[in-house]
Amino acid sequence: MLELATVQGESVEEQGVDHSPLAIRGMTVSYGQKPAVFSVDMTVQPGAMTAIIGPNGAGKSTLLKAALGIVSPLSGQVTVFGQPLEDQRARIAYVPQRASVDWDFPTRVIDVILMGLSRQLGLLGRVRARHKARAMDCLNRVGMREFADRQIGQLSGGQQQRVFLARALAQDADLYLLDEPFAGVDAATEKAIIAVLKSLKEAGKTVVVVHHDLATVADYFDHVFLINTRKVAEGSVAQAFTAETLQSAYGGRLATAQIDQISRALG
Amino acid sequence: MSGEEFVPLSLTPLLIGTFAAIACALPGNFLVLRKQALIGDAISHVVLPGIVVAFLLTGAISTWPMMLGAAGAAVVAVVMIEAIRRLGQIEPGAAMGVVFTTMFAGGVLLLEQTDTSTVHLDVEHALYGNLESLIWLDATGWQSLLDVQALAGLPPELPRIALTMVGVILFTWLFWRPLKISTFDEGFARTIGIRTGVLGMALVITAAIAAVAAFDAVGSIIVIAMFICPPAAARMMTNRLETQIAWSVIFATVSAVFGYVLAGYGPLWLGGEDAVSAAGMIATISGLMLALTAVFGPCRTRSGAPSHA
Repeated sequence: MLELATVQGESVEEQGVDHSPLAIRGMTVSYGQKPAVFSVDMTVQPGAMTAIIGPNGAGKSTLLKAALGIVSPLSGQVTVFGQPLEDQRARIAYVPQRASVDWDFPTRVIDVILMGLSRQLGLLGRVRARHKARAMDCLNRVGMREFADRQIGQLSGGQQQRVFLARALAQDADLYLLDEPFAGVDAATEKAIIAVLKSLKEAGKTVVVVHHDLATVADYFDHVFLINTRKVAEGSVAQAFTAETLQSAYGGRLATAQIDQISRALG
Repeated sequence: MSGEEFVPLSLTPLLIGTFAAIACALPGNFLVLRKQALIGDAISHVVLPGIVVAFLLTGAISTWPMMLGAAGAAVVAVVMIEAIRRLGQIEPGAAMGVVFTTMFAGGVLLLEQTDTSTVHLDVEHALYGNLESLIWLDATGWQSLLDVQALAGLPPELPRIALTMVGVILFTWLFWRPLKISTFDEGFARTIGIRTGVLGMALVITAAIAAVAAFDAVGSIIVIAMFICPPAAARMMTNRLETQIAWSVIFATVSAVFGYVLAGYGPLWLGGEDAVSAAGMIATISGLMLALTAVFGPCRTRSGAPSHA
């Protein structure tokens, strides 16, 4: 399998891997007997907002985690801005799924944001006024300034999600990777998050989002990556987000009526 | 009580009990938050095969080989627990259960099969330790603390547990930030370059060393209690990890001092004749403090239900 991945990696070299904020080649991940992600190539376009979509259990989150080294892939190469991942960690901000942590952890909102500054602070560096000011500024951008001293367990789901986004903003990265940021949040939070993500794009940053709501894909994103264990389609929304690719990714799980609706919405 | 009586008879057991309690409570804070608190229980079981193997290799009951054997077994156990947890993708409690029952059973078999039956490996000693017997007979009063000759007669458990406590404090201070971040959010910690696997292993190995050093001096009851009770009680007092650590040290110290004094004098005050086990009393006090904070602590309710989105 390693050999196969290498061969595939070479054959797609020409697609601007050197310039891509995140390029994945021949990625295969398995949690047991069955692969969760199989031989996937992905080339994220710089300065764009990309949605990773696919049915439940299609390997969307796993692809992201493997790309970041959170889970170990069986095979595959990852380059970030044309360099090995480990050299580029400072340029990446990752927002995990909200449900992946215990929100009863004894810490305040401001402390979570300061975690985003830990690369600058180092092992024993002291938190100074300028770090606090920067953290407050990030909280302000997600409309959570007045919650700085709250214990994180006292927040609603939407507020928790915004805190996670603010921590990513504190990292001041060039590539933002978010895992299901809109899952189980209120409408106000969804609006606040998408506004922040669009401002990041305007500032020239690259944003990749694992997304589950097909109805908002065309509104929010310019690129899509469809996956169902294997890659199904990749490209601009107009090219890759079509009735055929959706049918291929979701199979029988997506009602024909839904596909019609999406097709009509897309014109 | 005068210094002449206090220093030789009570000072060293008090210090040893307190240092052991703090050395276990500090890593206990992270273990409780990581839902790995039972590691103390696991370690106190797996030291049996370690001690038996050390005895078989050296053929004598002496402290250093046995402590090395115990520490070796503890490290083997925590590495196996971590490996089973990650490879099998099961919850930490199950991985610990599998490893420590198997190793404990192996230790029992080994003990039975070999010619150790003539040797007195004391179960009671293993449970309660012998805190009361760790006295400093060379001391004549407070001035002995400056007397080099008297200091040479200190029970060897004292410098050993003091050194262990200093090591645990240094580890916690140096790796405070990565420990906190990776305990809260392991995935995020990975992405900012923290080697979470290595750090998690270092934490349990630190806990194992603290457990073995404390186990030797004060027995397994205190070890198991101190990994869980002071940190859990401290969690009920505050919503900040920094403050929780401070509270856990206070609770550990109060349990050790109050428990020791109460074990020695409590029965007399109640009209009884003999003192009770200091280790048992220290563990009981820590459990009572946990119960009190669970009822009256200001931060005892779990507010973190993430479902009310």
